Amino acid sequence: MTIEEIQHEIVDEFSMFDDWMQRYEYIIELGKSLPIIDEKFKTEENIIKGCQSKVWVHGEEKDGKIIFTADSDAILTKGIIAVLIRVFSNQKPAAILNATTDFIDEIGLKEHLSPTRANGLVSMIKQIKMYALAFEAKN
Amino acid sequence: MLDIQKIRNDFPIFYQKVNGKPLVYFDNAATSQKPTQVIEAEANYYKEINANIHRGVHTLSQLATDAYEASRLKIQQHINAKFSHEVLFISGTTHGINLVANGFASFLKLDDEVMVSALEHHSNIVPWQMLCEKTGAKLVVIPMNENGELIQSEYERLLSDKTKIVTVNHISNALGTINPIKWMIEKAHKVGAAVLIDGAQATPHLKPDVQDLDCDFYVFSGHKICGPTGTGILYGKEDWLNKLPPYQGGGEMIATVSFEKTTYAELPHKFEAGTPNIAGGIVLGTAIDYLNEIGFDNIAAYENELLEYGTNRLLEIEGLKIYGTSNQKTSVISFNIDGIHPYDVGTIIDKLGIAVRTGHHCAQPIMDFYKIPGTLRASFAFYNTKEEIDALVQAVKKAKMMLL
Repeated sequence: MTIEEIQHEIVDEFSMFDDWMQRYEYIIELGKSLPIIDEKFKTEENIIKGCQSKVWVHGEEKDGKIIFTADSDAILTKGIIAVLIRVFSNQKPAAILNATTDFIDEIGLKEHLSPTRANGLVSMIKQIKMYALAFEAKN
Repeated sequence: MLDIQKIRNDFPIFYQKVNGKPLVYFDNAATSQKPTQVIEAEANYYKEINANIHRGVHTLSQLATDAYEASRLKIQQHINAKFSHEVLFISGTTHGINLVANGFASFLKLDDEVMVSALEHHSNIVPWQMLCEKTGAKLVVIPMNENGELIQSEYERLLSDKTKIVTVNHISNALGTINPIKWMIEKAHKVGAAVLIDGAQATPHLKPDVQDLDCDFYVFSGHKICGPTGTGILYGKEDWLNKLPPYQGGGEMIATVSFEKTTYAELPHKFEAGTPNIAGGIVLGTAIDYLNEIGFDNIAAYENELLEYGTNRLLEIEGLKIYGTSNQKTSVISFNIDGIHPYDVGTIIDKLGIAVRTGHHCAQPIMDFYKIPGTLRASFAFYNTKEEIDALVQAVKKAKMMLL
């Protein structure tokens, strides 16, 4: 699926929820089920220090696509990471570079991607794009 | 007894809802809410007497200058300073600490020591680190114990004739611990060290008496005591303020200026370069009047009641741990729930209309001491109620259920 298709799918899923609590419960579930990043990638180099929560992200190339794994010490942050990974992982670098994250507004989680929130998610998206840029430049 | 409902009516912000719920504001240690009296005084200043101070002979300038200086006198009385020129208007605690730290650069030499405490806010650490880098002086840290109290025997041991200044908060922002500053000041003076007290967290709860404390500097922010943001006070003993070099150059702080030589103005103007926050300075006086009318004894008694009630109610929650358990503390409860990140709890209870602070509270060394990423901090003011504490407890329980 393309990034856009996945984003549509996620927006559809979230439209089933009536209120914030159901949305958050779902995010918490996603956070709990996120494949944890390999411990060896939880390095100082891969860490994104937010003021509130920490995020680790790692990307590697496979058949022209980038596979992302990530983790956070806060479960809500981790849940949103799971959503972002579903969107950006296993995609071609060019597609990642062209993608937007506007769908986050539509699923009612905009506040989590606010630059002032300091939970590491905005920097994580920047990091994902940096990986895409680096892999594209390499090829 | 305080009539809390009557007091709450003074605060227009409490009429609103947040995320569809009545606002429960427990982030008072970060900033206080403002009563109508303060908000209107600020508007009235601009409506009626706005003019630049200490400059014009015209009527408005005179009115503004009189109001500004009247506020200085009011604050002098409030903190019991000996002279009004020992009371400097500044933009806030951070500004005041930087002003003093910067001035000390001209007194310090290699191997002198600057003593801070493990309980400090970053704003009472970083300016001193910068000073040490500049001068080659050494930063010495008074350690803390598990209860969040400074270890006084260690403090005594660390003091020596190398100690040039001790800088410590009156009350810890992250944990609420009240430090025995009068005793600490006396000890520092015995070795000839100056003492700066960061009173940012104390002034909302008590009235400091700078002569009784005998501190050399006492600094606090206006916005934490119902006053406007961008206001604050640095008290300094006359001798010290005369010795310290000016921090910023500009208008207002000079006696004469020529390209060959400038002479500085007398205190307090030597430290008040440029057009200050005139409205803010005046209205800070209004805020202090407001608090004194309620009475600091009444405020302290009621806040202690909230602290005790809040502590007991929160401890009903299984797995909840409170950081900062000194028997000398103000109405601040810093806590975590076992196995849950404070950011997660803070986010969910915000959805339930409850405002607390989450994170390291600009006091990372304290979090490192406890080996935690941060805490949730509920800080109560005199306008809060036990019903609001009940709502907090309910919300934390709900968050715990969702997150565990």
